[in-house]
Amino acid sequence: MRLKANKALGRSLWVYLCNTGSCNGCDIECVALGTSRYDVERLGVKIVGSPRHADVLIVTGPVTRKMEPRLRMIYEQMPDPRFVIVAGVCGMSGGMFYDSYALAGPIDQIIPVDVYVPGCPTRPEAVIHGLSLLLEKLEKMES
Amino acid sequence: MADVFYSILCVFGLAFYGIFLGLVFSGVDRMVVARMQSRIGPPLFQPFFDVLKLLNKQDMLPANAVPGIFRMAPVVALAAAVTLLFYLPLGGIGAPVLEGRGDAILALYLLLIPGLAMVIGGFAGGSPYAAIGAQREMVTMISYELPLATVILTFAWKLASLGVAQPFSLGVMAAQPIWGYVGLLGSLGVVILFFVMLLVTPGELGRIPFDSPEAETELAGGILVEYSGRSLALFQLAMAVKTVAMGALMVTLFLPWNVSGWIALPAPVGAVADFLFFLVKVGFLLFFSVSVLRAAMARLRISDVVTGYWKWIGSAAVVGLLLILLDAKG
Ligand code: SF4
Repeated sequence: MRLKANKALGRSLWVYLCNTGSCNGCDIECVALGTSRYDVERLGVKIVGSPRHADVLIVTGPVTRKMEPRLRMIYEQMPDPRFVIVAGVCGMSGGMFYDSYALAGPIDQIIPVDVYVPGCPTRPEAVIHGLSLLLEKLEKMES
Repeated sequence: MADVFYSILCVFGLAFYGIFLGLVFSGVDRMVVARMQSRIGPPLFQPFFDVLKLLNKQDMLPANAVPGIFRMAPVVALAAAVTLLFYLPLGGIGAPVLEGRGDAILALYLLLIPGLAMVIGGFAGGSPYAAIGAQREMVTMISYELPLATVILTFAWKLASLGVAQPFSLGVMAAQPIWGYVGLLGSLGVVILFFVMLLVTPGELGRIPFDSPEAETELAGGILVEYSGRSLALFQLAMAVKTVAMGALMVTLFLPWNVSGWIALPAPVGAVADFLFFLVKVGFLLFFSVSVLRAAMARLRISDVVTGYWKWIGSAAVVGLLLILLDAKG
């Protein structure tokens, strides 16, 4: 992976939100990141509409069988260096849908995950904390 | 030989100047809009971080793209935007670099090229979202071109009717502020044209409420959907340079005064003061035409963009033209 851009990358993380079968609770909490109350733009974070523009993929929800190939495709469309944050317990373990016949498994069995943010739903503050954990990870990779 | 050297110096100097100013202005825009929405907003130099980051990211080629055209489009867009700066008076640094070799009509064409390059790049990307975005961009271009051309032709006609040599030259337009040649009725016309120009600018720059070609929410980035890394950065730089160019064009047409025209200052101080005054004017115009509109409005539907530009803004421009005509006759 090419990681030359870390200095600038850490100050300009573009986020793509992907719902892989969540109940929509975590999605709404993540979208709230852009509102005046949480305002992640002050940290240089921007929510973008295309995985081609994104540096960070925030995935919410357990992965349903239908979404499994799509999640892979979205991940493959992101340019390197790319990172994945899981928001919500659904994506970490299946959460309240853990024994459903329709699940293809938690997210980390499908694509590599960098940061886990628990909660049902996860709070926007927790997602911001997750982003800061990602920044710490970036700094470690740099040195 | 010295001539060639000077030209090369100008090319690099102006490219740097345009990119730097454009990114600073877009940083200011993002800060100001954030304050208007009672957010804290990104730091002033956020656009620089964005571009630096993009330059170092992987530049992906979609599976069904046309590689040559897909890669060339952003380069053409940036080149055209920088070329535009050669023909515009840019504040205290004197006449346009290529004064006398191109005029307002050429500037009109050059203003179109970044948009056209985006259209071609969008189609070459092979994504249906980009194709819809590209069609919308073409429709938007056709729409704002009518009022923009009306404004510029009015100015050229006025100067020509006064017997000024080379009425289409932007340098001449900057040297002869139109306000001095019109009466009360004509001033009203010029004010109307000024507002027309303020409304054409966000369309030209693809900003809200005229950003339907990019439409993050319904087209996922529209015309730029397949672009990543360096190519996306080049498009962003082209847009930044075009922002400066539109600001400079508005200043040339409507607010061409200089500080040194009012107060006697020694030459170097005067040039610096003129330049700072130019920046203030550009920032002021962009504040109203880009930031305030962007914070206050939602995106217009593409059909509303066409009706808006052709019916309402277009007829306002024609009314402005008629008022100036009447003023000249009466
Ligand atoms: S973690 Fe809870 S709120 Fe979030 S998607 Fe799963 S069930 Fe919904």
